Amino acid sequence: MTAPASIDDVERRLRERRYIGDRGLATSIFLALKLEKPLFIEGEAGVGKTEAAKVMADVLGARLIRLQCYEGIDLAHAVYEWNYPRQLLHIRLLGEGEDRRTAEREIFSSEFLLRRPLLDAIDNDDPTPPVLLIDEIDRSDEEFEAFLLELLSDFQVSIPEIGTIKAKHPPLVVITSNRTREVHDALKRRCLYHWIDYPDLEKEVEIVRARAPEAAEGLAREVAALVQGLRSMELYKVPGVAETLDWARSLAALGATRIDAALVDATLGAALKYQEDLERIREQVPALVEKARGA
Amino acid sequence: MPDRPDLLPRLGAFARLLHDAGLEAGPRRLTDATRALTFIDIKKEADFRSALRTAFVSRKDDIATFEAAFDIFWAPPNPRAAAGVLPGRARSLPLSPERALAWSNALGLNSSQMNRQQETSVVPATSSGYSAQELLRHKDFEAMTWQETEQVRRLLEQAPWRVAERRTRRLRAARSGTIDLRRTARHAIRSSGELVRLFRRRPRLRRRPLVLVCDVSGSMERYSRLLMIFAHAIARREDLEAFVFSTRLTRITRLLRQRDLDRALASVSKGVHDFSGGTRIGDALADFNRHWARRVLGHGAVVIIISDGWDRGDPSQLTSELIHLRRSAHRLIWLNPLLGSKGYEPLTRGMVAALPYCDDFLAAHNVQALDDLGRLLAGLDRRSARR
Repeated sequence: MTAPASIDDVERRLRERRYIGDRGLATSIFLALKLEKPLFIEGEAGVGKTEAAKVMADVLGARLIRLQCYEGIDLAHAVYEWNYPRQLLHIRLLGEGEDRRTAEREIFSSEFLLRRPLLDAIDNDDPTPPVLLIDEIDRSDEEFEAFLLELLSDFQVSIPEIGTIKAKHPPLVVITSNRTREVHDALKRRCLYHWIDYPDLEKEVEIVRARAPEAAEGLAREVAALVQGLRSMELYKVPGVAETLDWARSLAALGATRIDAALVDATLGAALKYQEDLERIREQVPALVEKARGA
Repeated sequence: MPDRPDLLPRLGAFARLLHDAGLEAGPRRLTDATRALTFIDIKKEADFRSALRTAFVSRKDDIATFEAAFDIFWAPPNPRAAAGVLPGRARSLPLSPERALAWSNALGLNSSQMNRQQETSVVPATSSGYSAQELLRHKDFEAMTWQETEQVRRLLEQAPWRVAERRTRRLRAARSGTIDLRRTARHAIRSSGELVRLFRRRPRLRRRPLVLVCDVSGSMERYSRLLMIFAHAIARREDLEAFVFSTRLTRITRLLRQRDLDRALASVSKGVHDFSGGTRIGDALADFNRHWARRVLGHGAVVIIISDGWDRGDPSQLTSELIHLRRSAHRLIWLNPLLGSKGYEPLTRGMVAALPYCDDFLAAHNVQALDDLGRLLAGLDRRSARR
């Protein structure tokens, strides 16, 4: 597939893949491709950050390589690791002398290397460079960030026993963060930035229609309006678009074509994930439903 | 939108405006922005705006500043329209007074929307011996002179304690601990697969982050300045997130990062609009729980609330917010400056509502009290589970 020629082109391709984003996101994606820079996407949980990267890979006809970050993630999990059990077996099966020296060379070859996502993304022979998604970087720690900073500046990895591996075609990098901590400026400086906001009502209806087609049009609109109403209330955990979709699908699965107080009350857990929030909103369900049905 | 010929110099000037307004708009970003514009149709204002935003902004909090700067800078060159309300928004930019004046002249704007002049006061340094310091440690903040606060600042900066560490999930090599299979196997390969030596590893330690939520309402006025000095001193050496509130909550973390104390305090008082207002602790904590907790309470943070508990809000709200906050924090500490005064009993409605939900309730009226707090923080345990 050819690279997108314009922002309009990116927008159209996203839409074809049922990703309804705003023009700002299309602009950032387009420029990330053109400038060959990593794209740093931030936003509240469940607004479609990871999905954006997945759709982008699809748009480009590229492979998606995903690295999920977590506290304590290190190079052995992110870049490469030697397959020690296999190496040990191999070396014990051989005797002493000349054989062993050959074996020692052999066991540090790529055959015994466990390739993790970052090495995979750098050492690729793909016709189209892959999309590397570094998901939820805010869960990793500063050491890992520092390593990424280095990786993103020259796209190479050195493995002492093999040598330096440099990307022939650098991957397109997408980094997402939920902002559970502030990511270091030095890393952000290397990236283009986009903040994904909650969509407005019309856009959210469109998203539900595209992503949860099983929900009838009236239901899609009412659920979207309901969630929009919830977002304006003071909640511990504001429902994201992912919750809107879950909710619309749940209601559709129950055979609903419109919402009513009883249905909403029974399925409220699809949108609200904190007991305190549930308790508070339960009392206001009839009023919220009425308002959403009028939207 | 701008014409091509003078676009580059104007873009450079725009980057300087962003820089003055506190964004990180260095040469690398300017290069990115310049290159970005060659790929888009700059006659489309929305795209032009998005392209510059994606290149110059790198955090959500800066988006509003960027938008304001964009509106001011790239607005049609009509001084009459620009002088009053600017197209779209009427936000002022966070510029220093002299920069604001320079920019409003350069852009032909009315300077009234920019910042007012700030008076900064200089406290003369005076020398003091050990015994004087000892007296000072026990002197109530309320009774201190300006010279004494300066000495207190030094005392706080030199305070010997550091916040306790917690175990992280990252492991490092150690003499004892669990067996490090990777290194052990690696070593075994060198000796023909014989397990000659066992390597071990254990969790690495890191300092716990501190979150300070400080009451600066009218009743706390006498203590506010010293508590801000305290916050500034800790911000210099610990991982600190700081918030102040009276009627609403304001984050001052970034303001405190300035090295110079007077400057930091000046920007705090400029950035916080309700110093010495009424107190609504429940509201402030509700705001904190909903908008900040997820961002700043990761990694086993210790939360310190500093307030005298004079609350005009609803005590049941305060209770429910504290319960929630206590669940998300490693430890919840309440400092009350009044606790140091003779005969004080925590009987205010707010304090009565809060007490059962705090892990610690300490005084904060003099340096000695803050030192006690320091010792408590230094002694916190390393485990992640608390109760």
